Amino acid sequence: MLRPVMTWIDERFPMSKMVREHLTEYYAPKNFNFWYFFGGLAIVVLAIQILSGIFLTMHYKPDAEKAFASVEYIMRDVPLGWLIRYVHSTGASLFFVVIYLHMFRALLYGSYRKPRELLWIFGMVIYLCLMAEAFFGYLLPWGQMSYWGAQVIVNLFGAVPLIGPDLAVWIRGDYVVSDATLNRFFALHVIAVPIALLGLVVAHIISLHEVGSNNPDGIDIKKNKDPATGKPLDGIPFHPYYTVKDIFGLVIFLIIFASIVFFAPEMGGYFLEHNNFIPADPLKTPAHIAPVWYFTPFYSILRAVPPMFGSQFPGVLAMGGAVVILFLLPWLDRSPVRSIRYKGPLFKVSLTVFVISFLLLGYLGLKPTNIWGQVGGTDVATVVAQLCTALYFLFFLSLPIVSKLDRTKAEPDRVTS
Amino acid sequence: MKLILVMVWSVLFFSGLAGAAGGGYTLSKANIDGTNAESLQRGAKIFADRCLSCHAATFMRYNRLVDIGLSQSQIKQYFIVDDSVKVGDTMKSAIDAATAKQMFGVMPPDLSVVSRSRGADWLYTYFVSFYKDEATTTGWNNLIFPNVAMPNVFSQEQGVLRAIYATDDKSSLSLERETQGSLSARAFDDSMLDLTNFLVFMGEPAAEKRKQIGSLVIIFLIIFAFMAWAVKREFWKDVH
Repeated sequence: MLRPVMTWIDERFPMSKMVREHLTEYYAPKNFNFWYFFGGLAIVVLAIQILSGIFLTMHYKPDAEKAFASVEYIMRDVPLGWLIRYVHSTGASLFFVVIYLHMFRALLYGSYRKPRELLWIFGMVIYLCLMAEAFFGYLLPWGQMSYWGAQVIVNLFGAVPLIGPDLAVWIRGDYVVSDATLNRFFALHVIAVPIALLGLVVAHIISLHEVGSNNPDGIDIKKNKDPATGKPLDGIPFHPYYTVKDIFGLVIFLIIFASIVFFAPEMGGYFLEHNNFIPADPLKTPAHIAPVWYFTPFYSILRAVPPMFGSQFPGVLAMGGAVVILFLLPWLDRSPVRSIRYKGPLFKVSLTVFVISFLLLGYLGLKPTNIWGQVGGTDVATVVAQLCTALYFLFFLSLPIVSKLDRTKAEPDRVTS
Repeated sequence: MKLILVMVWSVLFFSGLAGAAGGGYTLSKANIDGTNAESLQRGAKIFADRCLSCHAATFMRYNRLVDIGLSQSQIKQYFIVDDSVKVGDTMKSAIDAATAKQMFGVMPPDLSVVSRSRGADWLYTYFVSFYKDEATTTGWNNLIFPNVAMPNVFSQEQGVLRAIYATDDKSSLSLERETQGSLSARAFDDSMLDLTNFLVFMGEPAAEKRKQIGSLVIIFLIIFAFMAWAVKREFWKDVH
């Protein structure tokens, strides 16, 4: 029954060929560990966001007068609307959790190294799109944090020399964040960025399957092929081996996802901020404006850099630079080995310091700068943030030297468990 | 005059922070139970009788009170005063915006989701922290919301409290009872907990249903996880 159907399709579309190339005969290293769940999970979260987003769009009103009320309408009057909304808001935060862990995996095992530079760049562009998507989406509930968060971020573009003020007006479509801004952010959030994201994800996967997956040992499994079959000795077909394994990982992830959606949808004010339950009021600036947690490391960097020549632009540059410098990773790392398993103590210390700085920046970005008090008229937290900012950049800038000087171990010939 | 010490709060404001709603007050824990229908119903009644005089809850429909165990006819009988209001309507304020603005200087905020921005503990502490203060226009002030435009609407029930400053610079104050209210201190406290309970319900009417469905979903997923693990182990037997 199925066979003639498949034959009919295959004569017109390379269905079986694609299934073979990407699933049943895509050979993935057999030693994937915990860190290799997050790529697949990111795709699932993207699907969840698109699906829940479609249903939210059916009931949401992108109108400054109605937006806040329409979200509450979804929460109260739309059957299971609250579920769809919480799935979407939880999905947004967990998307970043998954992506950050996915990126950290690349850092651990050198997955960005040759020949996977373009794969890494596609991934970085996906990350940029994701940040844009989250930023545009966050305005839509039209609460106080939505409004003032957008105001602060758009004003950053106003700090660009010469064209800044015009650029900010061009982005907002008005002199302040207004109905015009809400409408264009809605368009960008539900159409423009998702299309870009989907295309980039396809490019990311095609380039992954072109060069093959890296693994925790960072060695090339294509070097050891079975002479008879030509298949990598340390590779196993993605389907069924990794499909069944990823389904297990997915269910564990869904347990965490569902626990948040059903039992802690606000996640203590980190996933849904308390102040965002107050409708946007252009005349009332909240005492403390903090972005959602996934932006706070970069927000901290922005705040840490003092204004120079009466301009906020250096801070904006530092914040942008903190993201852009990640693109250069494949060329900054010059270690003879890919994986942290065979890298030396220098890199391990350097990475640890980097991770601590990043987490500390993220924490400080959530808090007002005076949380740790003052010493000699300077906020202690600001000084710590400045130190962390320096360490953040130092990780990248010192990487060419660190990776060269480091005492690495010899890579094994075949993958270890 | 016999002064009974009813509650003590140390209010320590950092210089320059005075008046900001983020001062160093301590919130009392609101011990509420979202599954206690009687408490929710009592809270709903207080809300409809007292709060809706000036505040609105424009996202809350009267017939949503069915969720806390009231029937449509009970809602009509006990909660809706104006005959033109239908049970499917949302809760409007008894006074219009212009009058409210004139009376209080500000528009009394909509209370539909106030529990989600303020939190239960804040609301409960706020209700019980009004004190007499002739320096304000309403004659009332509040420990955790200094110079709030709202008067103490429950002074009849609560009685009158007055602030006693422990130090000359007014950095620390405690509340003392001046007159008895119609309710005992305990009964008043309970009624304010009921009101808080209702406000939390109103902030997210689906909350209890959410937790019920959630338990089933998690149980299903845990069973699914065991099955997925078994399948994985079976398939991976030949990978060495």
